[in-house]
Amino acid sequence: MKALALLATVVTGSILLYGTQDFPAWGDPTSPASTHLSEYYIENAVEETHAPNLVTAVLGDYRSYDTMFEMIVIYCAGMAVMGVLRRSKE
Amino acid sequence: MQGMLTEIVAKYNYWIYVVLMMVGFYAMIGKRNLVKKLLGMNIFQTAIILLFVSSGVKREGGIPILDKYEALKHGVDPATVVNPLPHVLMLTAIVVAVSITGVALAILLRIYREYGTLEEDEILEKIGQ
Amino acid sequence: MKTLQERARQRSVGENLIIQTSVRMMIPFIQLFGLYVIVHGHYSPVGGFQGGVLLGSSIVLMALAYDLKTTTDYFSERANIITSNAGALIFTGVGLLCAFLGGLFLDYAVLDRLIPLGPAEWRSMGIFLVEVGVGLAVMSIMASLFWDLGSGGSMDEGL
Repeated sequence: MKALALLATVVTGSILLYGTQDFPAWGDPTSPASTHLSEYYIENAVEETHAPNLVTAVLGDYRSYDTMFEMIVIYCAGMAVMGVLRRSKE
Repeated sequence: MQGMLTEIVAKYNYWIYVVLMMVGFYAMIGKRNLVKKLLGMNIFQTAIILLFVSSGVKREGGIPILDKYEALKHGVDPATVVNPLPHVLMLTAIVVAVSITGVALAILLRIYREYGTLEEDEILEKIGQ
Repeated sequence: MKTLQERARQRSVGENLIIQTSVRMMIPFIQLFGLYVIVHGHYSPVGGFQGGVLLGSSIVLMALAYDLKTTTDYFSERANIITSNAGALIFTGVGLLCAFLGGLFLDYAVLDRLIPLGPAEWRSMGIFLVEVGVGLAVMSIMASLFWDLGSGGSMDEGL
């Protein structure tokens, strides 16, 4: 059973490592992840929001809808644990 | 061989995080105790978060916290600041990982109360009876 | 699993004067630090989630050193529920206020029509309000998760 799991892990790992051939090199400033929209955020976030922390400016202003749903996720996790575990006293 | 070596040196961060991902993956499918499977899932999530954060690094780039008055006067050159978007998305991923761990531990408590054990094959025997 | 429980019961880790005194002195400073961490979201790599976890961990520390009844004397379950709902409602309330004033949902620049400060300053203030809401919600949910998981549902004993 464990030998089968080890074989599956090695096969999955080699497929993933074969897939990293297409990735851009580490630290490349012209990779597709670092152009298009990221440049707009780096250049314009401080003068539009007056917040020097770019991560907070993106998280709290440009993408605040995602942050709202993330807070709803934590809230639902708390409610779920309460619903699963609490028993009425009888 | 020479080509593979230059590849590994250029992208060794992805290789390290894929190895960490496979450690977590083996724990998820190879272990019998349910808590060990849950910890394997946690290792897997951590490896994915680190993979995304490391993909946004630029050579000779600083952290994405700028000086407000300098940025308002002179403007910012995007080649000197690390990409902030993976950091933002991974904050959400960390929070989701914590929530998943919390709910999974609650379910494991209920399973232990019901069946008295946390080993996967013993639980499958008790369900099968 | 059963031998772990027997061993824990035999060791009888109960009240300890040193731990209780030092925790009683440390908790206000941890909470002050958590408040600093929420408020300094603009200038350092922190924010609402990190400060909320710090504030929640101060409640968890109290529940570890003392027992659960003492903790619920200081921060009751009713206050916990009120805080978590207040945090969620602050966030959506700010968004709806922006929508009622004529802009889009969570468009902080139209709050300029209430108190004239300038649209960029209101965006900064909007980020701050939203982070406070997130911090309150995360604090109460961290405490609630620990209470539920540590006592196994019935909030009487345990840890």
